Formats: sequence, structure tokens, C-alpha cells
Amino acid sequence: MTQMTFHDAVEAALHEEMARDPRVLMFGEGTATKRKGLLKAFGPARVRNTPLAEGIITGTAAGAAATGLRPVVDLTFAPFLCFAMDELVNSAGKLRYMSGGQFSFPMVALAMTGGGWSVGAQHNHNLEAWFVHAPGLKVVMPSTPADAKGLMKAAIRDENPVLFFMDIGLLFTPGDVPGEEAGDETMVPLGQAAICREGTDVTLISYAKTVHACLAAAETLAGQGVSAEVVDLRTLKPLDEATILASVRRTGRAVIVHEASRLCGVGAEIAALISEQAFESLKAPLVRLTGPDAPVSASYPLEQAFAPQADAIAEAARQLAARNLEAAPIW
Amino acid sequence: MRLSADTPSTPPPAPTRLDLLSAMLKIRAYEEQIVAFHAAGPFPNVCTSVGQEAAAVGVVSALRAEDQILTNHRSAGHLLARGADPGRMLAEVMGRSTGYCQGRSGTLHISVKELGVVLTSTIVGGELSLAPGVALSRAMLGGEGIVVCFFGDGAACEGIFHESLNLASVWNLPVLYVCENNQWQAFVHRTETMKGDFVAPWAAPYGIESLTVDGNDVEAVRKAALQAAAQVRETRRPFLLEAWTYRQRGHMEPHDQSYVDPAELEAWLAKDPIARLEARLLADGELTTASLEALHAQARHAIDAAAEFATSSPYPDLSDLAAGVYA
Repeated sequence: MTQMTFHDAVEAALHEEMARDPRVLMFGEGTATKRKGLLKAFGPARVRNTPLAEGIITGTAAGAAATGLRPVVDLTFAPFLCFAMDELVNSAGKLRYMSGGQFSFPMVALAMTGGGWSVGAQHNHNLEAWFVHAPGLKVVMPSTPADAKGLMKAAIRDENPVLFFMDIGLLFTPGDVPGEEAGDETMVPLGQAAICREGTDVTLISYAKTVHACLAAAETLAGQGVSAEVVDLRTLKPLDEATILASVRRTGRAVIVHEASRLCGVGAEIAALISEQAFESLKAPLVRLTGPDAPVSASYPLEQAFAPQADAIAEAARQLAARNLEAAPIW
Repeated sequence: MRLSADTPSTPPPAPTRLDLLSAMLKIRAYEEQIVAFHAAGPFPNVCTSVGQEAAAVGVVSALRAEDQILTNHRSAGHLLARGADPGRMLAEVMGRSTGYCQGRSGTLHISVKELGVVLTSTIVGGELSLAPGVALSRAMLGGEGIVVCFFGDGAACEGIFHESLNLASVWNLPVLYVCENNQWQAFVHRTETMKGDFVAPWAAPYGIESLTVDGNDVEAVRKAALQAAAQVRETRRPFLLEAWTYRQRGHMEPHDQSYVDPAELEAWLAKDPIARLEARLLADGELTTASLEALHAQARHAIDAAAEFATSSPYPDLSDLAAGVYA
């Protein structure tokens, strides 16, 4: 184990995968400028700067992926993905199916989002749910440096297009990360949630920075006699339905937490999933804590308040724990 | 088709003028079959390439086996000129499981990997967004092949056209951009959307050379395409070839040209690429009325067989509705 930041963990994964597979290359706005280590190790053909033009960056990645390369593109800030929607959604996501399986698109699109830098709503917009809704794409949003490394490695090796969202608020937080000597043990398979803390009274389901808020809330709750389980989704698509359902069936209560806005967010899908498949286990109504239906403010206090905080999560969980619906069927 | 660094770069045997005519007749017969199917009853809406056969045949005849093609929603000519089976194409248009894309594409986005026809996109300009990446694979994985990207004057008005040319130039990518300027951008004449007549001058600011050719003269197109392809092959740099042509039918079937100036249409019909080559061959003594009739019948028979194959092909199994989304 080595201590490194989320940002450095992603870079370590890129380095290891580029060393392992000569078909992996990376390009984007400032990629060669900012990633000097990769440039030095792998040269200017595999580590490239591009124009500030997300459409052609992403289209080029899709074209290259379909014909033998395994590109990783850095689109920098998530709202810029709006300029790459056609290439991500209509090309990379659909052309495998539409071609009757003739082509696949092993590519990774990297973007930062989330509060932390006061960059305002055109640089910070948690729009991950848009891509969960788009067929053919996979979506990853880790909460720790170790997962960031392991999921990036898995994303690069996947045969499908993967959106890899990096939470700005976590980028320079250090954590334990397995080194290269751990080999494929460092891989984190796509589609596997993690139970970061076990508990019996309530499940807190989240991803990215709000996982840490959930862990803090669980710690508070433990001191108040409420045992909270924390599930970190890690991958939003494919969604690890089994882990979510198993946890909620054990605890009978769930608080779903994310920084992204509420309406049609990932939390809505999880709430629907639980309602459809674990309704009989519920001892209390589901609760969602999310960002509001608003652009994120650049003002630091407002930006920070956009994401659900630990005390609000703990309060919601406490209220749920006090409820105990009769399990008698109502139908 | 497996491409690798050691793929030999072999020019195909030069087609005869009769070969060029036959290729155009097959495309015309195919499109006429589509029109007939459409008129006869429920049939998918299709964008035909009637009138643009010379651009397709002229360019594709100048390519080699290892070259790759990206095309667009008006692709029947490119596919047939490349040797695609009209039966499997029609089956695809009709949503049958024997189609090139198992009926998942329909008419608008047929790709045939085995012929090097990769990544058709029907989002106008989509093909332009993908072309540099295909060429990047060529550049990095080796091989002599070049990448040909067919698009229209409408796509040239999309921002991605400019992003594509700029990146292909800056990165030295072997892309032959082929603009079929057919005067129409869906339901709008290009004179309403562009200040100049031609797209080719838009290449120079990106450091890309260009050439404009009479797109209704298949021999002229072939000659220009050979020259353009040779330059891309040698320099490994992009080039823009513009074929000046005309969309003889409406944007899509059902056919509607109520918005088209009849005088313009008449003038272009007089320059029909097939009739022009036929007249030339008859005048030069390479064709007789009888041998011309035989060529027409040959094309018709090939498409009759294709139509029979397509109509007798099964639809995909409903259980496959969501199969194959992910690799």
C-alpha cells in the first residue's frame, strides 16, 4: 500500500495500463501538458494535446476505439460533455448495437465534477445520470483513491465506452492505494458496489463525495445507538442491484444520497428498484437526500451546501430508525 | 477484413468504362427498387442517392482493399460500389435478420466491416467526427490504407466539419474527405445556408489541399479520386475532394420535390451521370443499343434477385430486442 491522492491514483492506473497494452493512448485538452510523466514514458504519439474541441476529441476516440485502439480522453470538466453528447451517446453508445455487433468501442471518457473549486455551474454539474440513461455506456464515479485506480484499470480493459467521473472535492484527498506489485489484485470490477461499513438498522446508499458524508453520519449514528450500513455504488451503470437489495432487505430502511439534483437522478432509480424488489422488507419509507434542482453556485458556502451534509444524513437516518412499519401486507 | 502492418498495398485492376457504367446501373436499379417498394405499401423512409452514382462509383473505384470508408445516410452507392451484396442491403433496409447489421440499422446506418465500410453515422456530420479516429488507428497500427469519409454540403455546415479537418491536419492523418455537394441540405437549398457555392475552399485555412470535380462525370471523378487518394497515400495527410452533383429525388421517400425549382431540376436531369456515360459510350462505339439494353437487364436481374432474397428473409427474433448492446 502507498499513500496517494485520487488524482495520482488515476495517473498510476493510466501508467500501468499504457505500459501493459500498447493500444492504450490518451489525449485531451492539456493532456500532454499536464501529464508529463505519461508523456515521458510513452511519447507524444500516445500522449497528445488536442484543440479545445470536445466533439472531435470524443469522435476521434470512438473512431479509434472501433478500429483497434483503446483511447482514454480527458474532457476536463463534466459540463463540457454537452459538446460531446453526439459522439458519446449516438456514436459510442449506439453503433455497436446498430451495426449488429460489428464494432465495439473500448474507450474511457474522463471528466471532473462536483463542488470543491468554486468553479460555478458551467464547470461543475453532476450530470452522471444522463449517461446512465443512455444505452451502451457504462458510468463510474469512485469515492476513494484505491477505487479510482482499480476502476480506471477496469474501465480501460472493458470493451465498452466508460464515462469516468472524478469528484473534484476528492481529487487531492490521499488514501491507501495498492501498488503495481499487487498486479491485477488492484482491479476493481465495473458493476460492483462496496459495503464500506456494516450495519443493521439503516442503509445509507451513495457514491463519490457523499459516501464520506454517509460514513461520518454513520459514525455519529453509532454513538446514538443506530447501526448504519454504508453502500458505495462505485459504478452507476451497470448498477450493482444485488448488493443494494441485499443490504436493504437486512436493514429494512434506506437513505439514498447524492450531490446531483434530485429529479430523475440516480437515486430515483435506486428508490424504484427497492420499491419494486424489496418492498416487503421495508420498515419505513425511502428517503432521498440530494442536491436541489438548481445550477451550482460559485460562492463557496452555497457550493458546499449543494451536496447533502453528514448531519442531515444522520438526522434522516435517525428518523427512519424510529419508524417500524408493520410488515402486514396491504394488498 | 483483417488489417495489419504487412497488408500489401495493391492497386486493383482498373475498371473498364463499361464496368463503371454497370456499377452505376446497379445503384440506380437498387434505388428504383426502393422507390417501388415504398410506393407499393408500408416501407421504411429511405434517403436515396439517385443522381449521385458517379460520385460514389468514381471515388470507390479509386480505392484499394485496405482502405476504409465512412459514409452517411445516403450510402447505397458507396456500399454497392464497394461490392456490398444488394440482397443483404435491402434486407437491412427492410429490418430483416439477414441484413448486414441484422436489421438493427435499417437504411440509415449500414456498415459492412468486412468490406472496410466502417462507422456509418446518420447524424449529419457524425461521420466527420469519427473519421480522424479511424485514421489515427491506421497511423498508429500501421498499414498502407487510407480513410475515405463521404459527407455532403449540409454536413460541411456543421461545426464538427471544421473540428475534423483541423484535427486531421494538425495530427497528419490520412483522411480523404469526399464532399458530395448535391445542392440540398435536407429540405433547404445550399444557397440559403452557404455564402459560397463550394465547400472545397474551406479546406485551405486548415492547411488541406482540395480539388473540385464534376461529380456527374464518373470518369472525371475517378481520375480526380485516384489523384487525391494517391496524395493521401503518399503524404499521409488529409485531402478534400468535392464532387459537384445533384440529388435528383426529394430528401427521402415518400418523394416530394414541391420545394424544388423545376428549372434547376430539369437542368440537372439533363446532366444525369448515367445518361452522360451511356451517350459517350454509344458515340465512341463501345456500346450498342442492344448491349446497353443488356447491361440494364443485368442490373435489373441482380436487384430482382436481391429483392427476392430480402422479402423472403425472416425478421429478427423478438427475444433479441435488447441483445448486443454491450460487448
